[in-house]
Amino acid sequence: MPALAALPVAIPLLVAAALVGAGPLLRRRVADTVAIVTAAAVTVLGAALLARTLGGTTVVWFGGWTPRSGVALGVAFAIDPIGAGMVTFAGLLMTAALTFSWRYFDTVGILFHALMLVLLAAVAGFCSSGDLFNMFVFFELLSVSAYALAGYKIEDPGSLQGALNFAVTNSVGAVMVLTGVALLYGRTGALNLAQIGTTLAAAPADRLVVVAFALLLVGFFVKAAVVPFHFWLADAYAVAPTPVCVLFAGLLSELGVYAVARVYWSVFSGPFGGHTPGLRAALLAGAALTALLGGVMCILQHHLARLLAFATVSHVGLTLLGIALLEPEGLAGAALYTVADGLVKAALFVLVGILAHRFGTLEELELRGQGRALRWAAPLLVLGAVGLAGVPPFGTFVGKALIEEGAGGAAHWMAALFMVASALTAGAVLRVSGRVFAGWGPTVFGGRDESAEEAAKRHEAEEGDELRVSRSLIGPSMLVPALVLLGSSIAIGMVPGLSDRAVVVAARFADRPAYAGAVLGGARAAPTVAAPTPAGGRLVAAAPWTAGTLVLAVAGAAAALFGRRLPSRLRRRGLRLTVPMVRALRGLHSGQMGDSVTWLLIGTAGFGTVLAAVLR
Amino acid sequence: MKVMDYLPYLVSAWLFLIGLYGIVTSRNLIHAVTCLAVVQSSTYVLLLAIGYRRGGTAPIFFDVPVGTRAVDPVVASLALTDVVVGATVTALLLALAVQIHKRLGTLDPDELRAMKG
Repeated sequence: MPALAALPVAIPLLVAAALVGAGPLLRRRVADTVAIVTAAAVTVLGAALLARTLGGTTVVWFGGWTPRSGVALGVAFAIDPIGAGMVTFAGLLMTAALTFSWRYFDTVGILFHALMLVLLAAVAGFCSSGDLFNMFVFFELLSVSAYALAGYKIEDPGSLQGALNFAVTNSVGAVMVLTGVALLYGRTGALNLAQIGTTLAAAPADRLVVVAFALLLVGFFVKAAVVPFHFWLADAYAVAPTPVCVLFAGLLSELGVYAVARVYWSVFSGPFGGHTPGLRAALLAGAALTALLGGVMCILQHHLARLLAFATVSHVGLTLLGIALLEPEGLAGAALYTVADGLVKAALFVLVGILAHRFGTLEELELRGQGRALRWAAPLLVLGAVGLAGVPPFGTFVGKALIEEGAGGAAHWMAALFMVASALTAGAVLRVSGRVFAGWGPTVFGGRDESAEEAAKRHEAEEGDELRVSRSLIGPSMLVPALVLLGSSIAIGMVPGLSDRAVVVAARFADRPAYAGAVLGGARAAPTVAAPTPAGGRLVAAAPWTAGTLVLAVAGAAAALFGRRLPSRLRRRGLRLTVPMVRALRGLHSGQMGDSVTWLLIGTAGFGTVLAAVLR
Repeated sequence: MKVMDYLPYLVSAWLFLIGLYGIVTSRNLIHAVTCLAVVQSSTYVLLLAIGYRRGGTAPIFFDVPVGTRAVDPVVASLALTDVVVGATVTALLLALAVQIHKRLGTLDPDELRAMKG
């Protein structure tokens, strides 16, 4: 059984090392095949772990260093269904991304496969680890491979710069995480999550614990790209090769959110249990801001990768809303939403990658009407927009319904927030579909305040790389990943009773004493079973809001495409209101490293102040 | 005595802040990467300060009597791991900076406004 827990980490690492070692001897297709098979194997192992952990948390102490009387000296993997689910999800996304890259790249070095596999191993380790410092190390391994992958197209200066900004901002976040870990170690003498949690729960939290919590939270928020720590994300996504984006969009930010949930429930829910309302309000505010700002920035983009990048920011905000409720139903919803939504976003990136591959550009206006040659992709892109909107049968609907129900008395606010944010992102994708595949809409952007020369220059910087990919035909290796990803997201929404099962699993995740008992006591604590609420009720409650989301998204896309036909007075007034705001928002997103680190500091100070106030 | 107890923590905080100041105001990418290394080194100081025991020896329990006071070996290994992580990040970033200089002939972030939101 220890083997099953360790294999999702060990196999990709070993294969990556073997690939690099045998690099010069290998043909490209051999490396492709080996990498895809490895990723698929991790998916299967993750699913096996998921099935296994449904009965109870799987704990493995490496080297047999089991804890003695509650003191952990060894390093443990403690895997529960949410962690195992993330491993499976990561394996699936990686398989899709590698399959997509089969034809996407004309030439690609073995190092690409190795980096992708190292990233997969790091994700598996991160989601399995029961040790705070090991979480940090796996996250750093993950991040370093991600930096290298983001800057993989080394011939493109924009790519290097995006990667640099990404790396510097995230490294500062990592230093904050490590400082938090060090402070916690100084206070409790432990690195094991369960042991830190147990020790902290024994005494009321003092300022040191609050500071450590704030540092960990901010560090993980940087990775999750929560506003105002999100400035690096669009730059990294706009420049990374599309197969890498497929992976980033579904996985990277979500792992930051997972880390927040893991650390809160296994470590801090004891000492801060009495401050839940204040903490909940602070987290909800940050999450709501992220969801809305991400949505607004999404509709302002005309570079498709950047557009999807901001859709990612917005939907990470929505996921965080579920976590921020600080109760199992919201967590269950967030877990389902993460997976279902990540699959949809990855599928959208695959489709966008197909457009880039075929037409050599990702500028929406240049693609206008071009898509007629790829008519079959249109329904898929629209289907992706529907998935973003959280419409059944997509799994996003189930996740959303759970989060809304978890909000209890504030369910209407939560539903309205989901409606607005997902209507913005879904509307943006619908607008793109209409413009690219039907040739609808104006040939310039209404609120665009950029001279043609500037646009051409920026375009050259961003796109130089994509132009260099061959404009060969689209093969099944590109289409199949999109279909499988969308299909999996729909399948998640179709599994009967999944939302009730998720609530039970989440209740176990949130039960700190049971987690500590499973890890430290050696005994398998009986899972607490939450009284399941009838699933039908929450789905019915979410239905009208979902219809509203669709109507808003379609109306918004139509307004963007056919707005010219509105009376000119109305239009001018609208523009006068929005143009200054748009300009200000664009100005904020300068893509400068210094700016994004400055915002990191401002955000840290602000967030720290709020936490200090609510956790007093 | 009191000051000496707090000094390492102050040094750590100072390294963190001055490094961030350097990154924010940097006009040269190599300089920015070096400042990031300064930020990272704040964690080494912090870790070692946390594990320090007054009058403790190195944690090598070979020919010393049982119960000898020693500094915490766990933080030393954390700091070592951290050094490895920091070196990896710095190496990668320097490689990126070298590539940027090769392609664009400049290292000034202000001249590299290739991207605009």
